[in-house]
Amino acid sequence: MSKTVPVAEGVIDVQELRREFVVRRNAGRLRRTRDVVAAVDGVTFRVTAGECVGYIGANGAGKSTTIKMLTGILVPTGGTVRVCGLEPVRERTSLARRIGVVFGQRSQLWWDLPLRESFRLLGAIHRLPDSRWQPRLAECVELLEMGPVLDTPVRQLSLGQRMRGEVSAALLHSPELLVLDEPTIGLDLLSKERLRAFLVRERAERGTTILLTTHDLPDIERLCDRILVVDAGRVAFDGTLPGLVSRVGAQRVLVVELTEPGPALTGVPGTTVTAVEADGLRQHLSFRAEETTAAAVIAAVSARVELRDLMVREPDIEDVVRRLYLG
Amino acid sequence: MAEVTSTSAAYLALVRSRVSAQASYRTSFAIELASQVLLIVVEFAEVYVVFHQVRSLGGFDFAEVALLYGLSVSAFGLADLAVGHVDRLPFYLRTGSFDAFMLRPLSALGQLVTSDFALRRLGRVLTGVVVLVIAVVAAHVTMTPAHLLLLVTTPIAGAVIFGSVFIATATIGFHVTEGMEFANAFTYGGSYLSSFPFTVFGRVIRRLFTFLVPVAFVAYLPALAILDRRDPLGLPTWLSWCGLPVSLIAVAAAIALWRNGLRHYVGAGS
Repeated sequence: MSKTVPVAEGVIDVQELRREFVVRRNAGRLRRTRDVVAAVDGVTFRVTAGECVGYIGANGAGKSTTIKMLTGILVPTGGTVRVCGLEPVRERTSLARRIGVVFGQRSQLWWDLPLRESFRLLGAIHRLPDSRWQPRLAECVELLEMGPVLDTPVRQLSLGQRMRGEVSAALLHSPELLVLDEPTIGLDLLSKERLRAFLVRERAERGTTILLTTHDLPDIERLCDRILVVDAGRVAFDGTLPGLVSRVGAQRVLVVELTEPGPALTGVPGTTVTAVEADGLRQHLSFRAEETTAAAVIAAVSARVELRDLMVREPDIEDVVRRLYLG
Repeated sequence: MAEVTSTSAAYLALVRSRVSAQASYRTSFAIELASQVLLIVVEFAEVYVVFHQVRSLGGFDFAEVALLYGLSVSAFGLADLAVGHVDRLPFYLRTGSFDAFMLRPLSALGQLVTSDFALRRLGRVLTGVVVLVIAVVAAHVTMTPAHLLLLVTTPIAGAVIFGSVFIATATIGFHVTEGMEFANAFTYGGSYLSSFPFTVFGRVIRRLFTFLVPVAFVAYLPALAILDRRDPLGLPTWLSWCGLPVSLIAVAAAIALWRNGLRHYVGAGS
């Protein structure tokens, strides 16, 4: 079995992918209607080796359904899907040896075993000799600082510790493609950052292809060089994050609190005042990332008034996606 | 470089991990083992009480019914030990744990079967074997090689039949969310029926549990040959020897039902 992917084929190749579900509903007292709903409705994209693609969209946009079709859990109703050159459902077990999958809210680990035992079992399940998975694990343990919790039963781990375990588990067999579904959901800032740094390194060192879904904009900024936005089962945008942000005109917002009430802070270069609260004690200044920086805006504002507190609010993904549809 | 480990080594590692996880709870293991034994003793006392009132049940005396009971309990115990936990499938499906199986390079059924291995269920097997040995002596079974062969192979064939029933009924979980009550009617119901002489049942039940869910092959039919009796209902004698082939047909049917259920789960229609 060759590990190389033919040049003509992407790591993920999806053509006119479609998945329908039958929804039965009670209509009136005795009648039941049967509706066919397309969760994924003609999605086409290709991911080439080494790319890191963010697959984003609102809840119910069809992200999970797509991932299930990519990993062989769900068969498409229409269109074609090939991952690592394989047909996911028909060649599920072959594919499982070449991809790693992390579902943020479903565990791959054994809750009643120490973390270390879960890795040993996964090594056996992937039929890897010790010489192949142990060095890999040692590397993950060191980079993700899991040493102190290796002998702790999985049920006693914090979410952040468990997630680092999940990611290591998915990478134990050195997959060509890593699929992450909401990997940072519920994690604290430090855990998020540690995980992101690890994934950046994984990609740089091994050229692992990554597909991830997330609601977290910093995830995408740090990790992805390309994003696919899905909405109502279709690809609504395929490009870079700056491309998306400039297309929808998403804005960052500087919220400032002043020491005393004052007039609206109009006229700061590159900004517009979008809200004035409490007689001007708190003001919102929106600006576009490509026109000015937060530092420049803060400097300009603090030259005019005395600041008590401030915060920068990033456009969130939901907001960006919503704007994509309004615009 | 070390050899790449095999599929069977992977399953062995899975089962071993289940056993070691249980070994860390020694007290609860001992209590559960004891409760299993107690359960069988109480169940068997029920048979004893019946025979306190009547001298024979469907033409079989107490020792002969005990033989049926021993065969049935040993077979069911072995099946329960090996695959009894497949009735957890609806839970795995609901919580999404089943998807974790689908993401690993092993058969989903193989992983379900090895997802638990409750050693405490040994209690039932051991009790069944003890009852069986006592019954063989009490019923004055003549020890020919043929009888011995039947006595050894019948619990194994019976375990395979019950195991198939377990798997077949668990696949209901792929189709409906709350179907386990219905499933239990076949597994535990079948186990209960199999320990009685089939002569006490009506025709519909007899046919159903001989030809559709073949639990008659677990104890009743082989016991006829072991006791050198003809079927009072006129089934041919050679059927007593069909336990193993029937169990293989049952496995094939169970696997077909599993594949059908899995196809439904991945949404390939059914």
